[in-house]
Amino acid sequence: MISMALLELVDLHVEVGGREILRGINLAVNHGEIHVLFGPNGSGKSTLINAIAGNPMVRVTRGKIIFKGKDVTGLPTYERVKMGLGVAFQHPPKIRGVRLGELLQKMASKLAKERDVAKVASAVNMQGYLDREVNVGFSGGEMKRSELLQLLVQSPDFVLLDEPDSGVDIENLAVVANAINQLCEANVKPSMRVKSALLVTHMGHMLKYISADRAHVLFNGKIACSGRPDEILKQIMEHGFERCAECLQKREEA
Amino acid sequence: MRLEELRRKAREALAKPPAVGPDLDVSTFRLEAEKPREGLGGEVLERARMVGLEPSERDRAGTYLQLDHYALIEKAAAGGLEVMSISKALESYDWLADYYWRAVGVDSDKFTALAELKRTEGYFMRAKRGVKVDFPVQACLLIKTPKIAQNVHNIIVVEEDAELHVITGCATSKAAEGLHIGVSEFYVKRGGRLTFTMIHGWSEGIDVRPRTGVVVEEDASFTNIYVNLNPVKTFQSMPRVLLQGRNAKANLTSVIAASGKSFFDVGGAVYLKAEETGAEIVSRVVAKDEAEVVSRGLIAAERDRVKGHLECRGIILSPTSAVVAIPELEARARDVELSHEAAVGRIAEEEIYYLATRGFSEEEATSIIIRGFMDVDVKGLPPMLVAQIRRALDLTAKSL
Repeated sequence: MISMALLELVDLHVEVGGREILRGINLAVNHGEIHVLFGPNGSGKSTLINAIAGNPMVRVTRGKIIFKGKDVTGLPTYERVKMGLGVAFQHPPKIRGVRLGELLQKMASKLAKERDVAKVASAVNMQGYLDREVNVGFSGGEMKRSELLQLLVQSPDFVLLDEPDSGVDIENLAVVANAINQLCEANVKPSMRVKSALLVTHMGHMLKYISADRAHVLFNGKIACSGRPDEILKQIMEHGFERCAECLQKREEA
Repeated sequence: MRLEELRRKAREALAKPPAVGPDLDVSTFRLEAEKPREGLGGEVLERARMVGLEPSERDRAGTYLQLDHYALIEKAAAGGLEVMSISKALESYDWLADYYWRAVGVDSDKFTALAELKRTEGYFMRAKRGVKVDFPVQACLLIKTPKIAQNVHNIIVVEEDAELHVITGCATSKAAEGLHIGVSEFYVKRGGRLTFTMIHGWSEGIDVRPRTGVVVEEDASFTNIYVNLNPVKTFQSMPRVLLQGRNAKANLTSVIAASGKSFFDVGGAVYLKAEETGAEIVSRVVAKDEAEVVSRGLIAAERDRVKGHLECRGIILSPTSAVVAIPELEARARDVELSHEAAVGRIAEEEIYYLATRGFSEEEATSIIIRGFMDVDVKGLPPMLVAQIRRALDLTAKSL
């Protein structure tokens, strides 16, 4: 029985370009859990992902990031990745001249893992893309599937998914969801699952396919509300994010 | 008569500085080198392999190998192909006068002048009419003796509807100092095709001054791939390609990895002198340490219905290195389509971070990005040459 949280954020304050974006985030994701992060544009969702992954463009000014029981707040990204962290980008950059297949092979050999790259690629309908330059000329949906393909090869213990459903057409939504389920061991008995995810999404489409354990609403740099994903989603659908703001305000006053 | 005239012009140009790039005092280089007693060996051979020499001559249609001032191997192994030293060719063929100093001016500067007055060999290659040579011909020019000037004059003639692939490597031992002047005149006749791949492995003490002129006739094409692997002292080259006949095409691609205190002034100029001609010039430059690279490109459209595109990208790896991109387009006719794009800067942080999330350290990520950056399109080359170029680029990316 593993009781310790896989990822824990303690009073996390984060600045981007000298401006405070996250103002004290507390969050714990246990082994085998999928957490969903909702929030309006500009609420700090991507900044939170960047902070957890260690993007040097964001700066932690206070608080801690604890991953697998270790304080990783000052650790460079690739060290966190070595420990089992994975990231799917919302807007991944183009890497010119580097073929997707070539990158996947490099990743696999780096991790000293045997991977049938072609087989994994066909699982996300990307078999025809291995000779393409990474993210060059990819559509929105292709980029998302390429991100998941890379994660499937990495097979991390904890994945950060930044809007993996945006720009994905209906047909491929199930493909993306399947890949996420595979990453999170949905086919394993709940009590045996160890892999976890933090999923950022704008809307709730994804939740039809993925059974998430907990949802949080990020508003103005703070977690305004946490609860069961279906309930939270219902609240947002009915009242928008305004209700969260009120909720947060009340808590701050109290 | 003409030879005397050429010599007179050369003598008059002996003090003439180059149009661009640093001037040199050519009197500091020795014009004599002893004939090598033994063949290739040790470090020079190793460097020769690096720039593409296949010592077994397997899968090569011919070989020209020159050490210092002497041709060691001059051999054609395919029908309809000739490979020999320029001195032998000039003795054998009177008609070669029609190609000698016709694409490059003998009085262009002191370097062309010296190549005429103190020529130290060079090669002649000819693919006869209609002959398609599948395997590449290899040429390798090596400098071993310190402080010499190697002044070669090369001529390649690809006759009507013939096809020739040449891979040429130039190298020196690491510690060498010296001057390499390479006059190259290429003629691609109607319907012919020439691809010329050049891989350079110089050393920090070498000054290099190639002087290249290419004449491409109707429906013919010329592809030039240049890859530089090692630091030099100074390098200046601006091949000049004249597309003389209708539907002639040229592609000039160069990859320059400049490190140490290297200075490169490198580029290419294509003149679209007939209708429906087209040119593409692509350059990729990576500069680090205290290296400086001036990357030039010129496409001049002189007739209607012509196209040209120029692309220059540069990466700066250190604050003390420099890349200067000078793209030029000239339109002297109305119905032309010329464009260029140039981008110079450091590697995007975002790309490094992206690869870090895939488990790569900053150093590994940089190397992956640079190798990708150098991955120029080399379509139209025989697969073994593509593999050769890939190997050279792998080596370069690793060394940076």
